Amino acid sequence: MLEQLSLDFPSPDNLQLVLAGSWLLTGSAPSAAGIEEQLQVRGDVRKISFNGTAVTEWDTGLLTFLARIYRLAGEHNIDIDPGGLPDGARRMMALATAVPPKEDTGKQADEATMLARIGRVALAMWRAAPEMLHFLGEVALSLGRLVRGKAQFRRADLMLVIQDVGPQALPIVALISFLVGLIVAYMGAVQLAQFGAQIYIANLVGLGMTREMGALMTGIIMAGRTGAAFAAQLGTMQVNEEIDAFRTLGFNPIDFLVLPRMLALVLVMPAMVLYSDIVGITAGMFVSVTAFDISTFEYYQQTVRSMEWSHIWVGVIKGTVYGLLIAFAGCLRGMQCGRSAQAVGEATTSSVVTGILFIVIAASLLTILFQQLGI
Amino acid sequence: MAYGDFVIQRDLSFSIRRGDIFIIMGGSGCGKSTLLRHLIGLKAPAKGRVLYDGSSYWESPVAEQERIKRGFGMSFQSGALWSSLTLAENVALPLGEYTDLGPGEIAEVVSLKLSLVGLAGFEGFYPAEISGGMQKRAALARAMALDPEILFFDEPSAGLDPISSRRLDDLILELRDSLGTTVVVVTHELASIFTIGNNSVFLDPETRTMLATGDPKTLRDTSPDPGVRRFLNRGDI
Repeated sequence: MLEQLSLDFPSPDNLQLVLAGSWLLTGSAPSAAGIEEQLQVRGDVRKISFNGTAVTEWDTGLLTFLARIYRLAGEHNIDIDPGGLPDGARRMMALATAVPPKEDTGKQADEATMLARIGRVALAMWRAAPEMLHFLGEVALSLGRLVRGKAQFRRADLMLVIQDVGPQALPIVALISFLVGLIVAYMGAVQLAQFGAQIYIANLVGLGMTREMGALMTGIIMAGRTGAAFAAQLGTMQVNEEIDAFRTLGFNPIDFLVLPRMLALVLVMPAMVLYSDIVGITAGMFVSVTAFDISTFEYYQQTVRSMEWSHIWVGVIKGTVYGLLIAFAGCLRGMQCGRSAQAVGEATTSSVVTGILFIVIAASLLTILFQQLGI
Repeated sequence: MAYGDFVIQRDLSFSIRRGDIFIIMGGSGCGKSTLLRHLIGLKAPAKGRVLYDGSSYWESPVAEQERIKRGFGMSFQSGALWSSLTLAENVALPLGEYTDLGPGEIAEVVSLKLSLVGLAGFEGFYPAEISGGMQKRAALARAMALDPEILFFDEPSAGLDPISSRRLDDLILELRDSLGTTVVVVTHELASIFTIGNNSVFLDPETRTMLATGDPKTLRDTSPDPGVRRFLNRGDI
């Protein structure tokens, strides 16, 4: 049985590697360390040649070994004579070395200190702000064109988005609103029951749903459902160069893609908020009637008595603002998306986070504003 | 072959011999890529069988299908590199999953495969950072990672410059000659067809069936079907 690899010196400056047997990737290949040692011991080796007549079978295993030898030879400035290799292996190695490795690829290990990294993130955030403002400006211009009737987009697109964000979101909005109404009613009722004022559940639920919870819950569902969908759609279009195609054909992608989405959400949100209010109040009634001995009529009377138009308006206005912000966040992240599948994922995540952040900030500001105005 | 009720091709029957470079050709929309999807086990044919070494792929149990598939390497039309992984990681993934090699050895195999397709030094790049042609070659490196018995290509040279395309043809021939790899190529690049192909099938979109099978060079000159001859002579007979 021949050794897989043995060394031979036909002449003092020529190292010959004698290869034998099976050289498969799944088997074991000898390491090049022994050869490197030899090269160091005998510093006068100028050429490495091969004798591969005894190789019985080979695949990538042999080629990786040869690549190692080639690299070693390169480091020591030694010539390679591939003449003795099996024919196929010689030709494969010729292909592998035909294009020299790309040096200076501009990739270096990123070893920044903690402080430097924090700084970099801060700078990136700082740079993102003008980008957002730029997008805001473009959307504003596009709205201007819409008002003057010059915005180009297809009415069918708008209808499609409306269908998607409106009717198709009804079940999930109903479910969440019902549960939230249930929670508000139950929590309040336990406290109110201590001094026999269960009837005020109606006030609590009515006020809570119309002024805050209806809009907030619908907003959060929309951010997760619709904002994310917008970012994913636009991001994928960015990956497929569809948005570039719009630009080259002279369509403004903001008019064509962003405007219908924002319009749709702004148009649909008021209706969705009202729907959510009604479902939430129904849930409150359900709790009162089943658990706290209040009749349906009493609950209805109390709700109507406590309700003012201003409560409803406040909720609807808030919801509309949320809708605008969600569509803005979704479209912004979608349009900013990079050109890979991973970037689409990041854009989608980021749109939901941004959307919810915007909603919470807007909710706080609007609540304070309406308090101050005394509405 | 059909999508729902829509039949794309019927009555296909051809065989690919070990060591063949087999070309699937035909006009646009005739179902070349669909046929390839049937062959590599992505889509079951509406009727009929795909045989590998006599065993019918679609009638085999899942474990057997997995075993047959292990011998495949596929290079997709637009690369289909995993965008969250670097080129090195793309090629290394199948190696890590299906071989017992250590990380150092895998890195060496990966470098070798990338240098075979002319991408030495690009290990750390993400697919989004390189050009379309380079993505294609990287996809080929991934397809070759496990030294497959059968390599499938969907439009390998579309989007490559003439020199890269020529190098790719050389590589395909070399893989066949040195490693005995069987190669199945979907293409309508005539230059490639005649350089590398030694067997082929011609699909026709109108009659929805195959018009000819055999060596493309013979078909070009002596095919009884004028459609096939016109295709292989770029429209002039």
